[in-house]
Amino acid sequence: MSTKTLVSAAYVAGAVAAAVSTATLVGATSAVAQEKEKCYGVSMAGKNDCAAGPGTTCAGTSSVDYQGNAWTFVDAGTCMDIDLPDGRMGSLEPLDRDLPA
Amino acid sequence: MPDAAYEQGFRAAILDPTAETPAGLTSAFGGMPRKRFDVYRNNVTVSLTTALADIFPAVSRIVGEERFADLARLFVRAHPPESPLLFRYGENFAAFIEAFAPAATMPYLADVARLEHAWLTAYHAADAAPLAPEMLSAIPPEELPHAKFETHPATVLIRSQYAAVSIFNANREERERQRINAGIPENGLVTRPELAVRLTAVTGGDATFLHALMSGNTLAEAAEAAVVADTAFDLSAAIGLVLTSGAFVAVHVES
Repeated sequence: MSTKTLVSAAYVAGAVAAAVSTATLVGATSAVAQEKEKCYGVSMAGKNDCAAGPGTTCAGTSSVDYQGNAWTFVDAGTCMDIDLPDGRMGSLEPLDRDLPA
Repeated sequence: MPDAAYEQGFRAAILDPTAETPAGLTSAFGGMPRKRFDVYRNNVTVSLTTALADIFPAVSRIVGEERFADLARLFVRAHPPESPLLFRYGENFAAFIEAFAPAATMPYLADVARLEHAWLTAYHAADAAPLAPEMLSAIPPEELPHAKFETHPATVLIRSQYAAVSIFNANREERERQRINAGIPENGLVTRPELAVRLTAVTGGDATFLHALMSGNTLAEAAEAAVVADTAFDLSAAIGLVLTSGAFVAVHVES
């Protein structure tokens, strides 16, 4: 594979030298070495507790069919704050393009 | 000891609310164990959906807790855990979201889920000391173009057509709500140089460069790919990113 055309060896060496001196100056290693103590409690240690809610059977037994027209995904949460390029954004508009044919 | 058929029936019924109580199931209280089984079935489903909410807090916040629970429940039934280790759960959640028609209004959502799963993977990845600047400066200048890098076990690069990193950052914790333009493509580099997971937004050229290095290309090959992809690519800054992000552990020159 040719690597001569755009990137010369001297260019690579110069870039490495610059990056190394910058990293050494700002103390890259000290910057990354802040947190040394792992807090085991916060990870997903296991979820064996009873999360049933107050004695119900509803959440695990519900079966609802979700379709675009029945269940718009955009009327809750922070998705309303997120704009899309073509002007679509989270809104209360009903969804009509995801209907089964 | 329960036989294989019993176990199979139990397994099939545990995530399907329409399934009958598994044949052969008995209750210590006597009578029909149906209600006992329903409670157990509920606990299994709820604990798995709760686990997903813990793994994907930003996705949950974006769609809202109730919608997330609905989405998670559908996922749990379609993709029960394959490992008893819950922190491994949710690997295909992003792909599930991508294929889920009601979520099509939020095309960025799957990439936010990918970042969240990468965060968890990085958290549980093996510990390794990141590449030190001296290891790079120890290589003779004329050999540097041929240098190859070894990726840190925690490193994940997610390339997105959307502003996945900004959306992740805005929603990962309870923060003041803000308007975000999702149309700006962003790339997220997830690393864990010591014990804290970090997410760094990287430019298109840097992402191409890092991806090339992670795929085993030489420094010169990666630099060339990045220059082609992005005329504004800055090799020195990109190597600086290699050193400060902790994305790699070692550098070699093959003779």
